Amino acid sequence: MSDRVFNDDTVLVLAQGYRFQWEPAQNCNVLLYPEGMVKLNGGAGEIVKLISEKKQTVAELIADLTKAFDGVDLADDVYQFLDEAYKNDWLRK
Amino acid sequence: MTGSENNTTPDRAQGSIGSAIGKVNDQIRQPLWLLAELTYSCPLQCPYCSNPMDFARIKSELTTEEWIDVFKQARAMGATQLGLSGGEPLMRPDLVELIRAARDLGFYTNVITSGAGMNADKVAEFKEAGLDHIQVSFQASSEDLNNLIAGTDAFKHKIEMAKAVKANDYPMVLCFVTHRQNIDQVDEILDLCIELEADYVELATTQYYGWAMHNRDQLMPMKEQLVRAEATAHRYQEEQQGKMKIYYVVPDYYEERPKACMNGWGNIFLTVTPNGVALPCHAARELPGMTLPNVKDMSIDEIWNGSSDFNKFRGFDWMTEPCRSCDEKEKDFGGCRCQAFMLTGDPANTDPVCSKSPHHHLVEEAIAAGKAEADKPIVEQKPLVFRNPRNSKKIVGF
Ligand SMILES: C[S@@+](CC[C@H](N)C(=O)[O-])C[C@H]1O[C@@H](n2cnc3c(N)ncnc32)[C@H](O)[C@@H]1O
Ligand code: SF4
Ligand code: SF4
Repeated sequence: MSDRVFNDDTVLVLAQGYRFQWEPAQNCNVLLYPEGMVKLNGGAGEIVKLISEKKQTVAELIADLTKAFDGVDLADDVYQFLDEAYKNDWLRK
Repeated sequence: MTGSENNTTPDRAQGSIGSAIGKVNDQIRQPLWLLAELTYSCPLQCPYCSNPMDFARIKSELTTEEWIDVFKQARAMGATQLGLSGGEPLMRPDLVELIRAARDLGFYTNVITSGAGMNADKVAEFKEAGLDHIQVSFQASSEDLNNLIAGTDAFKHKIEMAKAVKANDYPMVLCFVTHRQNIDQVDEILDLCIELEADYVELATTQYYGWAMHNRDQLMPMKEQLVRAEATAHRYQEEQQGKMKIYYVVPDYYEERPKACMNGWGNIFLTVTPNGVALPCHAARELPGMTLPNVKDMSIDEIWNGSSDFNKFRGFDWMTEPCRSCDEKEKDFGGCRCQAFMLTGDPANTDPVCSKSPHHHLVEEAIAAGKAEADKPIVEQKPLVFRNPRNSKKIVGF
């Protein structure tokens, strides 16, 4: 746990120049950045969507998602994704 | 392979087509990337310019409405990235309007500029119009670079522009096109970038299209220069870890395998030239047998899906040996069609950069010709030919 990049109190922000949006032509959520794009699968798309919509801490994000997914505990999955996203330069600390 | 961090980038000649967009490889055959060459007019005269030699012949430009219509059509077909380039895009008085329209359509908008004609107010206007990203390329003929480093007006202007970019909350992305005449100054270049607090620096390599091809003997870097430049770049990469990200691209002439040009012909990339001709890559106009469909006569859908130009080198059926039976063809698509044509005379040949190509000696000979030129006494060396309308007319003859 200790080697995680973020903790419950971290406020999550997309990296400078990154933009989240729904792409009808690809039928999926995407993250756009200087001269590039990644397609996000369902869960990743939901997380990044929430981050792009409102400034909140990791704990708040997890609470929101848990609510949306009928109380399933998603904390580990979320942290795993956030680490990955940070490594890819999508998120700022 | 050398340790280039970004060697998957297909072609630096038009700013990066971003390796990451290539990851979307299940999404084949959508024009994800639209490069809008808004104008060929440009106040600078870089001898390494990839624009076509006969650019001065093309005087007409699409109108604002025509460009916006191109944006709409490409967007409907799935395009997400828009590169506004040229020539110098800032020479278009309607640039802000075009940015705004593109951004409203949902494009991620990139302006690729030399900074000529830019000022702090313009950068603020771009921001307000919704521009996502701006890349400033430094003109890098050695004379200019020296002026730059010696602190002339050009240098001051660049600094102001770079600062205006940052002041408007954009990451500072600087691009230097390297060649024999400036590649020994990689450390000066990077010191300058550090001083400017750049976020990303791209040490692009000159690709031999257009004017660069014409000046190839004078631009070709020497092996020893590359070894030094690369070592320097790596040293700075380590020192600047976490502060400034440095991309160093190895010239393909010195590689054993070609670049995966455009991520495959007619696969994700669409260029529209100033007068409306649609191309699978910015250099493809020179290839034999092209029909050069124009967005004024046909829809982008018809051009992308139906035109012979865009279907010519799609997939693998057009390939000749050794590509045809090579197990690496899905990795590099046989390299660049324009390079194959310019060097071997047949665009369906293997890109001669590949060591498996029977024409690979042509690349080695080009390197040798560059070295022979460099070894001549200065007074006997061919002068660099600058990209300007006068030279365009004189050399192409129109
Ligand atoms: C053709 S320029 C047009 C935009 C603008 N005039 C400029 O120079 O930034 C587009 C980009 O290609 C780069 N470039 C130009 N000629 C090149 C070449 N032969 N090889 C690689 N990159 C090149 C420029 O530095 C710039 O980043
Ligand atoms: S590379 Fe130089 S000459 Fe060519 S368009 Fe850009 S600034 Fe102008
Ligand atoms: S032979 Fe063709 S497909 Fe094989 S590595 Fe060379 S260029 Fe690529």
